[in-house]
Parts: sequence; structure tokens; C-alpha cells
Amino acid sequence: MPDDAMLRMEKITKVYPNGIVANNEVDFSIRKGEIHALVGENGAGKSTLMRILFGLEESQKGRILLNGTEIKNESPHIAIANGIGMVHQHFMLVPSLTVAENMILGVEPKKGLRIDLQKAIKDTRALAEKYNLAVDPLAKVQFLSVGIKQKVEILKALYRGAEILILDEPTAVLTPQETKELFSELKLLKKQGNTIIFISHKLHEVKELCDRVTIMRNGRIKGTFNTADVTPTDISRLMVGRDVILEVEKDAAKPKEIVLSVTNLVMANDLGQRAVKGVSFQVRKGEILGIAGVEGNGQRELVKGVTGLERIAHGEVTILGESINRKAIKEIRNLGTCHIPEDRMTYGVAKEMTIEQNVLADKYDSQDYTGRILTKPRAIRDLSQKLVEEYQIKCSSPLQEVGMLSGGNIQKVVVAREFSTNPQLIIADQPTRGIDVGSTEFIRNRLVELRDEDSAVMLVSADLNEVLELSDSLIVMYEGEITAFFEDASKVSEEELGLYMLGIKHQTPEEIGGIVYEK
Amino acid sequence: MKNRKLAFESLRSVLAIAISLAIALVTILLVSDMPGTALKAFLFGPLDSMRHFGNVLEMMIPLIFTGLAVSIMFSAAQFNLGAEGAFFMGAVVSSFVAVQWTLPVVIHPIVSILIGGLTGAVFCGIPALLKVKWGASELVSSLMFNYIAFFFGLYLINYFLRDPNAGAMVSFKLLASAKLPYIIPKTRVHFGIIIAALTIVVMYFFVYRTRWGYKTLLTGLNSQFAKYAGIKTAVVVISAQVIGGFIAGAGGSIELLGLYRRFSWQQLPGYGWSGVIVAILARRNPAYVPLAAFFLAYLRIGADLMSRQSDVQNEIVAIIQGVMIVLIAAAGFLEKAQYRMVFRDATRDLTNVGNTAREVGG
Repeated sequence: MPDDAMLRMEKITKVYPNGIVANNEVDFSIRKGEIHALVGENGAGKSTLMRILFGLEESQKGRILLNGTEIKNESPHIAIANGIGMVHQHFMLVPSLTVAENMILGVEPKKGLRIDLQKAIKDTRALAEKYNLAVDPLAKVQFLSVGIKQKVEILKALYRGAEILILDEPTAVLTPQETKELFSELKLLKKQGNTIIFISHKLHEVKELCDRVTIMRNGRIKGTFNTADVTPTDISRLMVGRDVILEVEKDAAKPKEIVLSVTNLVMANDLGQRAVKGVSFQVRKGEILGIAGVEGNGQRELVKGVTGLERIAHGEVTILGESINRKAIKEIRNLGTCHIPEDRMTYGVAKEMTIEQNVLADKYDSQDYTGRILTKPRAIRDLSQKLVEEYQIKCSSPLQEVGMLSGGNIQKVVVAREFSTNPQLIIADQPTRGIDVGSTEFIRNRLVELRDEDSAVMLVSADLNEVLELSDSLIVMYEGEITAFFEDASKVSEEELGLYMLGIKHQTPEEIGGIVYEK
Repeated sequence: MKNRKLAFESLRSVLAIAISLAIALVTILLVSDMPGTALKAFLFGPLDSMRHFGNVLEMMIPLIFTGLAVSIMFSAAQFNLGAEGAFFMGAVVSSFVAVQWTLPVVIHPIVSILIGGLTGAVFCGIPALLKVKWGASELVSSLMFNYIAFFFGLYLINYFLRDPNAGAMVSFKLLASAKLPYIIPKTRVHFGIIIAALTIVVMYFFVYRTRWGYKTLLTGLNSQFAKYAGIKTAVVVISAQVIGGFIAGAGGSIELLGLYRRFSWQQLPGYGWSGVIVAILARRNPAYVPLAAFFLAYLRIGADLMSRQSDVQNEIVAIIQGVMIVLIAAAGFLEKAQYRMVFRDATRDLTNVGNTAREVGG
């Protein structure tokens, strides 16, 4: 390896307490002033490696060299002192404070005993100008958009003297337009001498932005290349060991009668604000309706209303002609509804329970699995054995604790359980978020299969590729309202969708009204 | 993998018990002028006669009931500490039945125990209702409720059931028809031990083999998930505590009918608190409750014999209990060792995989 490396991580090995080997003898190095992509599937060990670099995790073996001398990043404080900053996927900002106050948190400039807020504001402004990251130092963080919050995070790292910036999947939460903006800002940062590590699994972004790319798979490094020398196909082959075909093969939908009908639905969020502002749409048997939108535009509350997890504030939801406004969750499920929740660890599983017990969650009172008094262990065993095989859940046995499985396999447990009741209506909320390509492909194909078997599918996803690939028709949610309806999802481009997601474009009520097939 | 985890958890419990016993033994050696006698009485005293062993079994009975009561409530993640008050109130109310009602043999204790159980159920159910309705922490309200139970119970006994001719503040004599018979000669081990055994079996099946038990466990481990799956978690939360209260109240009643001639408690008997220790030692599993109850009873009888035969006080048990609970409850205890084990396993697997790959490659 040439000795022009600014930072080197050598033979890093990390095993998590649950036995998952996240990094296995990993060597990784970056040069000064480059944008270096770190790519790999979910669970390949990218984030872990970076968390070790930033002092959030401790490796069992290996060392880190900065400009030739060994450093021990035992905590983020030390990492920051060594000039390493990190922007996390989930922002670490205090929503109720202003941008300037967030900037100085922990490193406050003092005037005597008091915090010198004026200096903080001045510094923030100067820094923002220097790097062309337009933010208002006096704005409260909770009112900022995701894109701006990200800028604040980057500024925060720079304010603390970061020369090496780690960005953990920064574009995952951005629209195409915001992504473009971020890229030009990152290029400017690079010009001014900063070094950037860019974690991603979007290959075209890597090609567009980065100088070099390191590919990880299964906790190991598969190689480092100049991006100019490799094609996205090369990279993807190294990432997954096969050519990724994330195009879902499906025939045109043959929609039949209406299953889900939502009329003027209003839902409140946790703060009591109106998060869904009177939306109406319908989903028919044998079709997938995609709901696209930047996260936080009311999709979560919409799902909670349709599944009965939260009370409906106003409007009406009917499933197969029955109103669910006053129904308990159990009754809604008994109508033939299933629900893949957005947050699988909170709503999808009990991680201390076995796969078998988790599979039982929605069937505990079905006569197939429980008699008048006692449960039927044999039937439960057979069912879980069957589901483990059918869904290719990687586990030692159905008696393994769910918490010991990888994210993709946990999601498969959830999906297997939810799909095993022959659902009439499937509410899939971010069904493939944060899981590996293999599981993603499996789940997406299964959704299409179920559609072909005449289930109605309502798919909520922030993953543009996913909504575009899977949906038959598509609606866009922006600030709690439907802003667009596309009867044929295959005719929409990512760019066009982005404009609606950002609220730049807005269809007429007549166009949107097309989503209600029958009054 | 699951078995290893279970093995490790058991090892942790055993080690915690061993360490706490060691500390107790060292303390005895340090403070006692007659350590030999003291240790012998403490460790082997309960085994030296039928009577002493009988004492252990007698003490096990209330510990099993409160241990089961706390286990079911903890299984639903409800930290209701009202077993103490439920046990006390169960005994108070059932003493009314045993003194004032005239019923045939066999029927009399059954009615008395059932009514004692219902009292306990109401008693533990109130904090549960407060929690579900208004979000009041069941831990705090049940704790405070124990005082209400205590003073209210004493009031009832004093004003309505007190025998003016007895020298102390005690009730009239319980009717003979209500008493539970002794079943092992030369001891006071009464019929309650059989009821306890049956309750263990019932509770084990309830928790692990019925849908209600399943709902309880699911709600306890992840209530959001339980709600999502269509379980009415409020119902589960209340019923777990009502059931726990029933078992504790029945336990109090059985203790009274088995061992006492009159209601004579002047303070809370403490079995509810011990039930928490039993539940923690048994890891909330009804099948392990008798083991934990036996262990605790043995310790206490041993310490009691030691204090009578030597110069060491029986408060030594409190030290053992304290150390034990801290070590078992401390999630961090032995965490590093477990982690090392995981690391070794994981890296060994990797080498194996590597080897196979090489073989295939070659």
C-alpha cells in the first residue's frame, strides 16, 4: 500500500455482544483531500467501521494510524480532538434549540460565566458562508427541513475542527434536488482541503461524487479502486457477489373491487398537530398503490389510522365495505388486514422471544393453534418450521431468539407472520428499510406475488426505487396532503417525483381525485 | 445458542448465590467466637431433625404463593409490590370467614381461601386500574397501598374480631372446621403445601401453554408489539395483577388456616417482599419458584437455628439476600466473560468457514 495515506485503519476486528462479526481484519485507508466512498450492503460493516473510527465502538483488535502515528479513539471527544467528525444518519440535534445553540453545544464560547451567544451566531454565520452552507443561525432546529438539518450537522462537525468528515448514508433522507445541492457543497469542502468519507449504497452517487471507493462485504474489504476505473456493475458485483437485479418482474395489474377506502381522513401526530389533512384514496384488489413522500409528511400517521393503532380524528376508513373507525386492532386484523410496520424492533417483534413465539403473535387465539384452554405446540412448531423454510429465514432453528438474527432475517420473520394469514389488504410500511439486498428482493417479489393472488397492497416507502419498481399506481404525500396521483407508476421519473415530494409541483384537485374510483 | 444463553444465565445465578454465601461465611468466621458451631447450625441445622426440616417446608409454602404472585405480575412487566398487602389482607378477611361463618369441614377452608384470594385480587387490582386509567405508576401506588392494607386490616381485626378475653390484640379463635390439617407427622407442614404444588403446576401451564399466558408474556416483553398484534394490553395488565393478587391473598389465607389458631399478626409478615426475591431468583418461571422458595426458606431456618445455638444473629440472611439480588439484578455482572465467550465462538466459526472455503477452493 503506498504511504500517501493520511488515515489508516489496520486489521480492525469487531464482534458485537450478540455474536455478529461486523468487521473482520479490516484494512482501510484514505488520502488527504479526497472524497472516499465506503460502499456495501446493509450489514456489511461500513457503519461499524466508521463508528470505531469515531470512537463510538471499541474494536477487539487492530489499530488506527493518523499521519503515521497511532491514535486511540476511545470516545467521540478524542476522535473530534483528532480532527474526525461524523454526521449520523439520524441527526443528533436538539430540536428546541436554535442552529447556533446546537453548533456550540459542548464547546460553548464563554464570556465570563455566561455563554457568548453573539459570538456563536457570528461564528456560525461565518462558517456557513465559508463553506456555502446556507443556514440561519437563529432558526429553531425543529422547524428545519431534513436537508437543512443535515447542513447544520456538517457545520457542527466543522465547527469542532473536523478535517475528516464521515457522512453516514447522507442521501438516504434527501430528495434528488437536495442531494444535488449536498454534492456541490461536498465538492466545495473538498476543494478547501477537507477529507470526506461517504458511506452509501447508491452506486451512481459514488460514481458522480467520489474519487476512490472501498467495497465491503460481510465484514471484509473486497477492494479499493479509483472510481474512474470501475463501473457501477463492477462495484455491485463485489458488493453482493452477484449482479444485483433490483428490477422486480411483474405483469400489469388487474385491479378488481375496492378493498380499502379512505375518505377525508384527518390524523393528529404525537404533538397533537394535524399530520394528515383530509386525504381520500382507494386501493383495489390486485393492485399495489405506492405512497411516496419524504419521511415525516404524514405517512406514519396515515398508516396508524388505517391499521387502528391510533384513533381516527376525522373522516372515515372502510375495509371491504366495513367502517373501521370504531374497531379494535384485532377486529381490523380479522377483516383480513396485515401490517408490516415501519419500525420492526418496536412494533414487529419481541426480540427476547423465539421465532416460533413471534410467529404466533397474531394467531394466538386462532383455533388452529390453541384449543379451549391449552395451546397446540405441535401445530405452532409445524407452522414456524414451514415459514422458516418458505421465507428462507437464516436461523439455527425456530426456537432461536429473534434478537439474535440479522436485520433482514428479523424482517422476514415479520413478513412471514403477516403474510401467513392470507391477507386481503396488506399495509406495507417501509418493508425493506435497512435490510440486505437478498432479503429486499425476496420481500418485494413476495409482495408482487400476493398482489397477483388478489391482495390489495398499500405500500408506503421513502425509497424511490422501491415505490417506482413495485407500485402499479402512485400517490405522493407532502405535508399531510396528497399532491399527486399517477395512475401508471411506470410512467413517472425519479426527478418528476422529487418535484412533488418537495412540494414544488402540485397537481390539481381534479387530477388527484382520480384516486377515488367509486364514491 | 439459546441453550448456551440459558446455561450462562443459570451460571450467573449460581455464582451470585455462591458469592453471597461466601461473604456470609467469611462474616461468620470474623465475628463469631464459636464459628464451628455457628456454621454447622447455619448450613446443616435444617437437616438435623425432621422438625427442623419441617420448618423449612412450612416456610416454603407462603414463599411459593407470593413468589408465584410476583412472578406473574413481573411477567407482564408490572412491578406491583402489593403482594405483601394482598397476603396480609387475604389473611384478615379469611379470618372473618373462619371465625364467624359456620360451614362444614372441607367447604369451610375452601370458602375462606377463595374469599381471601378475592380480597388479594381486589387489592392488587386497584393499582393496576390506576395505572391503566391514569398512568399512575403501579410500583409507587402498590407500595403505598401496603400501608393502607396493614392499618385497615388491623382496624378490622381490632374493632370487629378482637377477642376481649385474650391477653393480646388478637382475633377470636378460628373454628376447627376451617383449619387446614397437618399432613407430615412431627412437623407443622400442613395441607397448604399440596395446594401450593397444584398452584405451581396450574401457573406453569397458564404462562407457557395458554393463550392468556402468551398474551401476558408478549405484553411484558414488548407492549407496543402486543398492541400492534391486536392484544388488548390494558386487559392483560389488569388481569395479570388481579391473578397475582389472588394468589397472594389465597397464600395469606392458607398461611393463617394452616399455622395459626387466631389472627395475631401485629406487623406485615414480610412474605410479599420475600416473594420478590423468589420471583427474581426463579426468573419469573413458575417451575423454578419452588426451588427458589426452598432455598430461601432453608437459609432462613438455618440462620434462625444458628442464632439460637451460637452468638451470630440471624440478620446474616439479610446480607446474603442483599448481595444475591444485587448480583443477579446487575446486568453487567459477568458481562465481559459472556462477551469473551461470544467473541471466541464467533471468531472460531470464522476460521472454520475460512478453512472450508479454502478446501473448496483447493
